[in-house]
Amino acid sequence: MGKVFKALADPGRRLLLDRLHAENGQTLGQLCGHFDMTRQAVTKHLKLLEDANLVVTLWRGREKLHYLNPVPIHEIAERWIGKFERGRLRVLAELKQQLEGENDG
Amino acid sequence: MAESRFVYVTFIRTTPAKLWKALLDPEFTRQYWVETWQDCEWKPGASWKLMIPDGRVADSGKVLEIEPERKLVLSWRNEFKPEMREDGYSRLTYELEQQGESVKLTLIHESDQPKSKLIDAVSNGWPHILASLKSLLETGESLVETRTWPKGM
Repeated sequence: MGKVFKALADPGRRLLLDRLHAENGQTLGQLCGHFDMTRQAVTKHLKLLEDANLVVTLWRGREKLHYLNPVPIHEIAERWIGKFERGRLRVLAELKQQLEGENDG
Repeated sequence: MAESRFVYVTFIRTTPAKLWKALLDPEFTRQYWVETWQDCEWKPGASWKLMIPDGRVADSGKVLEIEPERKLVLSWRNEFKPEMREDGYSRLTYELEQQGESVKLTLIHESDQPKSKLIDAVSNGWPHILASLKSLLETGESLVETRTWPKGM
C-alpha cells in the first residue's frame, strides 16, 4: 500500500489518472497530448503508477494501451470506510461538489 | 477508442491451482458470484453457460482458449437482457501468474462494440465479484452482498 500512496502523492500522476478515468485505454501519445510534460516525464510517471498497480498496460495490435486499475483505491476504501458510512459520505460529497463546483486539488 | 474494454488486476494470496478451481468450480462460484455457476466441460471449443440459480441462462458462449492454471478465454454473450444481448459476443480473458506468495489475476472483458452496454454493466459487477473472490480465498469468507442472486433480476 506504501507504493500506492507514494504514486498518488504527485499532482501530475493524479492528473494522469484523471485522464484515464475520463477515457480509459489511451496510448502514451494520447496521454502526452493532455500535458505540458515531456514524453520522458509522462513515461516515468506512468511507470510509477504501473508499479503501484494503479495503471495496467495491454498490447492490442501495435498499440500499448493504458488502463486505470480501480483495485488499489478500492482496497484503501475497504480498509478505512465502514459499510454503513458509505451512503452518508456519498451524500456529503455530492453536497460539497454542488456548493464548490468540481475541484480536484 | 473504437472498442469497449474492462481491465482489472488484483493480487491474491493463494496458489494458481486454488485460484483456477475457484474460478471454475460451481461449489466456489456460488459463494462469490451471486449464486451463479458455470455449465461447461472446460476444453477448447466446449460450450459455456453462466447459470442463474432459478435455471435461467445469464450468459453463454464458448471456450476459445484454455491452459489450466494459466489462462482462460471465453466468448460471452448476454442472454437474459435483450438490450445487452444485442451487443453480440464479447470476450473474457483470465490470466493467472504466480508472483512471490501471491497470484496476479488479470481479467479483461472486451467487446468490438464502441459503447457496449454489456461491458458497461459488467464493469460495475466485476469489482464486487472479484473482491469477494479474493476475500473467499484469503479469509475463507466471501463478501455478504455477493452471496445471493439479486432479488427481481
